[in-house]
Amino acid sequence: MMTSPDARGRFGQFGGRFVPETLIPALDQLENEFNQAWSEDAFRREFATLLSEYVGRPTPITEARRISEATGLHVVMKREDLNHTGAHKINNALGQALLARRMGKTRIIAETGAGQHGVATATVCALFGLKCVVYMGEEDCRRQSLNVFRMKLMGAEVVPVSSGTKTLKDALNEAMRDWVTNVRDTHYIIGTAAGPHPYPFMVREFQRVIGDEARSQYLERYGRLPEVGIACVGGGSNAIGFFAAFYGDPDVRLLGVEAGGLGVSSGSHAAPLTAGTPGVLHGSYSYMMQDEAGQVLPTHSMSAGLDYPGVGAEHSHLMASGRATYRAANDDEALDAFRRVAELEGIIPAFESAHAFVPVFDGSLEPGTRVLVNLSGRGDKDMGMAVDLLKL
Amino acid sequence: MSTIQAAFSACHERGEKALVVFVTAGDPDLAELPGILEALEEGGADVIEIGLPFSDPIADGPSIQASSQRALDRGVRPLDALKVLASAKGKVPRIVMGYINTVLQPGLESFADQALAAGVSGSILCDVTPEEAGDWIDVSRNKGLDTVFLAAPTSTDARLDLVVERGRGFIYAVSRTGVTGKGQQTFVEARELVSRLRSRTDLPIAVGFGISKPDDVRAVCEFADGAVVGSLIVDFLAEHWKGGAGREELVAMVRDLKAATKAV
Repeated sequence: MMTSPDARGRFGQFGGRFVPETLIPALDQLENEFNQAWSEDAFRREFATLLSEYVGRPTPITEARRISEATGLHVVMKREDLNHTGAHKINNALGQALLARRMGKTRIIAETGAGQHGVATATVCALFGLKCVVYMGEEDCRRQSLNVFRMKLMGAEVVPVSSGTKTLKDALNEAMRDWVTNVRDTHYIIGTAAGPHPYPFMVREFQRVIGDEARSQYLERYGRLPEVGIACVGGGSNAIGFFAAFYGDPDVRLLGVEAGGLGVSSGSHAAPLTAGTPGVLHGSYSYMMQDEAGQVLPTHSMSAGLDYPGVGAEHSHLMASGRATYRAANDDEALDAFRRVAELEGIIPAFESAHAFVPVFDGSLEPGTRVLVNLSGRGDKDMGMAVDLLKL
Repeated sequence: MSTIQAAFSACHERGEKALVVFVTAGDPDLAELPGILEALEEGGADVIEIGLPFSDPIADGPSIQASSQRALDRGVRPLDALKVLASAKGKVPRIVMGYINTVLQPGLESFADQALAAGVSGSILCDVTPEEAGDWIDVSRNKGLDTVFLAAPTSTDARLDLVVERGRGFIYAVSRTGVTGKGQQTFVEARELVSRLRSRTDLPIAVGFGISKPDDVRAVCEFADGAVVGSLIVDFLAEHWKGGAGREELVAMVRDLKAATKAV
């Protein structure tokens, strides 16, 4: 199957570059720089060394014995929660910061939803001594205040975004506007596998370390591959990095779990693949949540990191081609999974990652199925909300 | 020659440059649009851009963002705006300006038909470059709609070649790296961009973004064929246009801007 986008940055019919002309030269430069760097051993070595010595990779896989017992499945978790900064986001932030340095860009901007990508970006900027500005929806600043403090502590400027729905999509809009204005000295580290080409491809490549590690760890530990790989999907960066390693293994089913919010039929959700239609949002043609006139619809998820009306172009392609399937998990199901993973394994997953455990608990998989779940991040940031929702 | 290009030529023959103005459809209320267009024409606008509201306008600064949002909050849909345009009399060519998704969702053919029925002469889509515009160019050429593309100070020579090759009506030269909206500037980048474009095309070249007073228009008209004024008009309408009140002030404001195109 096709694993790289075509010359126009398309995965099948999805992807492309729908941005103001001002940004096209910067995207061309980024594409060239990435392709060049990614083909150089020296760059790959530097990236790998930082992942190992700074981030703490490889992250292990952990057999979830008590979850397996409780569900009748064989469940193994890829532990991205053990990365420095607590989620997979650092993989991509690090890769892009290295590129920014190569391109001589001295200022970094980023958008963030849950704050994990913002924290990861602030972290790598501190590491490399780059100026960092993070756009974050006002609503998200409130529900993820701990991450706002972390970013500030590391020297980043956090700009609350009060336009539109005050969440991730509006933070992305504002970051795009900053980029259009300051493109000459600024690199925009998009945190998800969405956005204009080359972002979906580049972010996947920087995140594929998740899947590459997990695949070989699983093989080594069990002498075979899992039957199902599951990941949560907002914009889709952890899922695409996880899935990419299994493209050549047709017997490994790939399952993406979107945020069903209050239920897909309620309209209050963030599940564009499950319940959206194709259109152009944030520079790319992909599934999105929109009305018949093409206006982007408001989303809802208790998970700020999944609360996004669009999705990476490659996921749209994987769905269209049938290589991956996608479903939604509602807030209440994800909250239940959050509690059960904590109780049964002593691991508190991020609300985002808890969505990926819903198929494990809801009886939708055949008993005995060998499941590999990508536990994309840890849940410390969500404890404030968890206290309220679970009446702890 | 397209009606848009003809409007620039007519200005040229009169020894002046073109004044292009922007207004958001549905801000103020859509029912006010015909009256606003009439006032803009009376003030001397040579071409009028009709902004179609979009929920996520990444190329726009605060004024047009807010204006777009107000229109959406009123329930204005782009296709309704076209229906109102169809009933609004006027001689000045009109261009719809907005984002690709509002054109994509009704379908390119259907949108183009409704734009034609509304008397629209062309389109400017801020998030579509010539490479991504293939299908829309084909549809537009078939229907006789102009496709106006943006050229930016960051555009390479090869990209400018593409913009002038696929552009029709006029070339929209973006005055600076940035989004739409007011701002102090010297137009040094714009001057250089226009001269790079001039050597490539006979199409008229208008400069937009950050042009918010007659002095800006005058500065730009020294080297370009026209100036685009957006946020200034949009902000004025939001504050002062109350059911036709503010009409005289609007006409006077446009007249002052237009006068600045003649002072060269």
